[in-house]
Amino acid sequence: MTERRWPDVALHVVSGKGGTGKTTVAAALALALARDGRRTLLIEVEGRQGIAQLFDTAPLPYEERKVAVAPGGGEVWALAVDPQEALLDYLETFYNLKRAGSALRKMGAVDFATTIAPGLRDVLLTGKAVEVVRRKLKDEPGAYDAVVMDAPPTGRIARFLNVNSEVSGLAKVGPVRNHADLVMSVLASPATAVHLVTLLEEMPVQETIDGIAELRGDDLPVGGIVVNMTRPPLLDEQQLAAAVAGTLPVDQIAASLEACGLGAHTDAIVPALLSEAEDHAHRVALEERELARITALDLPTLVLPLLSGGIDLGGLYELAEILTDQGAGPERAS
Amino acid sequence: MSGHVFARAPRLNIDRILTDPKVHIIVCTGAGGVGKTTTAAALGLRAAEEGRNVCVLTIDPAKRLAQAMGLTSLDNTPRQVPGVCAPDGSGSLFAMMLDMKRTFDEVVEAHADPERAEQILGNPFYQALSSSFAGTQEYMAMEKLGQLHVRAEEEGTWDLIIVDTPPSRSALDFLDAPARLGSFLDGRFIRILTAPARGAGRGIGRLAAMGFGIFTGVLSKILGAQVLSDLGAFVAAIDTTFGGFRERADATYELLKDSGTSFVVVAAPERDALREAAYFVERLRTDDMPLAGLVLNRVQQVDDPQLTAEQAASGAQLLAEEPNPAAGAELTSALLSLHAQRMQVADRQLHLADRFAAAHPGVPVATVTALAGDVHDLDGLREVGDLVAGA
Repeated sequence: MTERRWPDVALHVVSGKGGTGKTTVAAALALALARDGRRTLLIEVEGRQGIAQLFDTAPLPYEERKVAVAPGGGEVWALAVDPQEALLDYLETFYNLKRAGSALRKMGAVDFATTIAPGLRDVLLTGKAVEVVRRKLKDEPGAYDAVVMDAPPTGRIARFLNVNSEVSGLAKVGPVRNHADLVMSVLASPATAVHLVTLLEEMPVQETIDGIAELRGDDLPVGGIVVNMTRPPLLDEQQLAAAVAGTLPVDQIAASLEACGLGAHTDAIVPALLSEAEDHAHRVALEERELARITALDLPTLVLPLLSGGIDLGGLYELAEILTDQGAGPERAS
Repeated sequence: MSGHVFARAPRLNIDRILTDPKVHIIVCTGAGGVGKTTTAAALGLRAAEEGRNVCVLTIDPAKRLAQAMGLTSLDNTPRQVPGVCAPDGSGSLFAMMLDMKRTFDEVVEAHADPERAEQILGNPFYQALSSSFAGTQEYMAMEKLGQLHVRAEEEGTWDLIIVDTPPSRSALDFLDAPARLGSFLDGRFIRILTAPARGAGRGIGRLAAMGFGIFTGVLSKILGAQVLSDLGAFVAAIDTTFGGFRERADATYELLKDSGTSFVVVAAPERDALREAAYFVERLRTDDMPLAGLVLNRVQQVDDPQLTAEQAASGAQLLAEEPNPAAGAELTSALLSLHAQRMQVADRQLHLADRFAAAHPGVPVATVTALAGDVHDLDGLREVGDLVAGA
């Protein structure tokens, strides 16, 4: 039986360099965590409606909505956090100031707080996520078994999660200080795990390594690494070496092409296949080097394949199953 | 070959833009992770080797790319990249990384008297805002671009500035920064916050009717008195010193609309990156900003499109199922599978690219095939430049 990873984590923060597929991984993780009758919430904070596109639904409002049924029963809900709505929500929840909200809006203060003042946006976004997570910690209605956040990219993740510490530095006392401390008490605790998605390429791996150092520097809990879009080598070690050396058996390849009915253009096809094989060998070598750098980090590492047809709903379920196989989320019930 | 990938779209002639003496600013923009910074650096090098005097402003380059341009220290000043010029000896390349806090500090020091500057630099809000809050980068990138442009005009050091946009949640944040700052500085909110510093009464009379009491009540309830006074002091200081900041932000925005500016949208042949590129193309059109075209990076190169994915896959299967395989059958089956995979990726990219071209007819496109590794040196940048130019 595979060791179950992160059984006590209530908030999974999924980050990664742009283009590494962090939204896809976050969605697949939410599905894996919801299996067999559980309930998870997938949170989007960058206003891109990536979740709606992935699950092929209408744009998400600022409201928790069911978007998918998990393997073995279970539900994935989704929420797109809008900073303006989150501010009014916050005023109402914590200060009972619903009416003041519209006055603030007229004053331009809502606009100020959510778009102009850098950083306040992040305070509101992290605050909302923690509010949802705390339902479980406090055993309140509407609680989810786990919350997964499709977070900002690796280059900004530590700053994003740590924004409330900045607030604590500014407000020495008072309700804002208390709220900031509360948010940090969840984000910088074992109830949270920050996962970084990477590809086996130099730049994303470097950003992952740098990101982990930054997270650790801010005492934020690093979860695991998800190596995404991997392609298993199709050639064995000897064949790869021969491909680079240019010693693959040309005659045998031509004969085999003949045998499977592709003998018409062997003079064009064989060189093309050889050059693709060489390219593949270089890529495999590069991937091995990058994988070694990931392994050296000594963190739980999950590996997802590249789905050649692109990502659709079926693909998400496939990735969720692979995550389950590798220990993410609960064991299959049967 | 990559050429067939954008049969529908006109080919982007980047050399015409790089060598056009009327073009003074090129902005590279697009989603994160599509090779924006590399593209900006490669265009800078190419322009310099075609005789332009270029300054590349990068926001957050990967370490090795920075090293490739000789950027070892982050000192917020353009440094010349040694040994770069055109064959006839003309042209030069300068590069710099944006230091957001330093840029902000310099603005304060340049526009406030020493005593006030000291007050601002020591204010806790200023310190948080200038160093650790997301979003400040957009403002500072605009500020720096404006500064470099002024310097270019006054000193003639550069005749082309190439800038790469910050890794915002949306590339559009860069364009919206000046307008946001403007609406903030003109807004009621700042007048309320600065009211105590200006002497109560002025400006408040009209606002009282709009719920000023509720407003300050809410603020002090939420923020607490100490925060409110720090914030007030900060905003007051900013307000009196930053009038010019706003004007410059507006001027920079106008500069971006000028015909001497050219936008290059960078994307990868993936759904999300192309969606972001589409937003940007639309936005530039709406704002009347000059779009040069799209650079599509990381396109899968296909060596022999004569053999389709289906043919290769079925050939691979036939060979794999052969009960008495001949020597090389297993290898050939693997090679055919490899080809099928590449063709599938290429087909999907072609499909996405075609959809983009259909939705944005007339937008010129340059395709750049995927490189085996990252760029580490000037030769690597030169290769990228050649690929963008189709040379």
